[in-house]
Amino acid sequence: MLEWFRFAAGTAFLAIGILIFFVQLLGVFRYKYVLNRMHAAAMGDTLGISFSMVGLMIFSGFNFTTLKLALVILFLWCASPVSAHLVARLETTTNENLSDFCDVKGEKETDKEEEKA
Amino acid sequence: MKKDKFFAWLDGEEDLYTGNVEVKPQEEHEVPKELLMERMRENKRLSERVNDVEHNREYRFFKHLYRILAVDFGILLILLLLLAVSFLPPVGHAANPDNNEVSARYIEKGLQETGAVNIVTGMILDYRAFDTLGESHVLFVAAVTVFVLLRAGKGRQEENDRIYEPKNDTILQKAAFVLVPMIMIFGIYVILNGHLSPGGGFSGGAIIGSGLILYLNAFGFAKTERFFTEKTYKRVCLFSLAFYCLAKSYSFYTGANDIHSAIPLGTPGAILSSGLILPLNICVGLVVACTMYAFYALFRKGGF
Repeated sequence: MLEWFRFAAGTAFLAIGILIFFVQLLGVFRYKYVLNRMHAAAMGDTLGISFSMVGLMIFSGFNFTTLKLALVILFLWCASPVSAHLVARLETTTNENLSDFCDVKGEKETDKEEEKA
Repeated sequence: MKKDKFFAWLDGEEDLYTGNVEVKPQEEHEVPKELLMERMRENKRLSERVNDVEHNREYRFFKHLYRILAVDFGILLILLLLLAVSFLPPVGHAANPDNNEVSARYIEKGLQETGAVNIVTGMILDYRAFDTLGESHVLFVAAVTVFVLLRAGKGRQEENDRIYEPKNDTILQKAAFVLVPMIMIFGIYVILNGHLSPGGGFSGGAIIGSGLILYLNAFGFAKTERFFTEKTYKRVCLFSLAFYCLAKSYSFYTGANDIHSAIPLGTPGAILSSGLILPLNICVGLVVACTMYAFYALFRKGGF
């Protein structure tokens, strides 16, 4: 009975993870602009991978492998948002027409100041 | 008939988020037609001047010969390979030549002869150490070649570094502050446990190299140059490869002449065991880590 429950829980987590990966892929190929695509891609890197890993942790039980998988999640949660942030920052610094694609906070005020000057 | 909203979105005809997320699709980069024509004319002029077939009989002859020989050589190679394939034994057959006494000896006597619990490491750093030495040299030679090709002149180096590269990014620095020590320790662990668990010089060196690259990205060349310069790279690589050469020469000499080696194998499973494998793993790891970092630095700036 307990085995069955564990199997069901692990499968459910894995299925949710795969679903999130699917949504991520759809978003990456559907959107056209860098920041939007990155927004979709970051979802799989954090949520999808953590759901899949939790599913695997449930399958593997309470042992050393589970700890390793938890560390993998921790590492990815540290590393992947930072790399996404770097890509976004590169885009905002290199794209001169950024305000065509999205609202830039503080842009209008600086424009006004420039007009005044 | 109007399509369903979801399917329209799926086909990319209608964007549900127009005005919310994706304000405007990215425009394609268009090159002006005149510029394109100019480039084509330039290319044509260049190729006409380089391949002046009409006024150069030797070149014409060479061109014909080259084509004929290329086709001949291709056909020859294809025939040779097809011939070789026809002689291959069936996959997975017990009497196949790869199922011989060599692999059986590796599996049965590997632990006893090399002292390494990880048979793969015992193979690549003991039985086939000469091959691994060649691989480390390939890495070194590749890095030296890139040094020669990409070397930027002195004085141009600072301009050459990209202006737009995110510098002094606080988020990256905080993340690197936490992650770099962990990556380094993990890499050292993988190298030092190469003869006990999966891993070894190549993988551990790659991990340490990526840690160095992360550190460089976060804190810039000014910080890394305090401990890693071109001179350091050359010295570390030279020392590692020379040590590898000498150690393996000793091992080959004693092994090939049935002389008792002075290096004890130790108890299998302990960190300090399996003779020369641990120091050789460290050497390979150093070479790989330094080469990865050197490649990154060279491609980014043309020097350290």
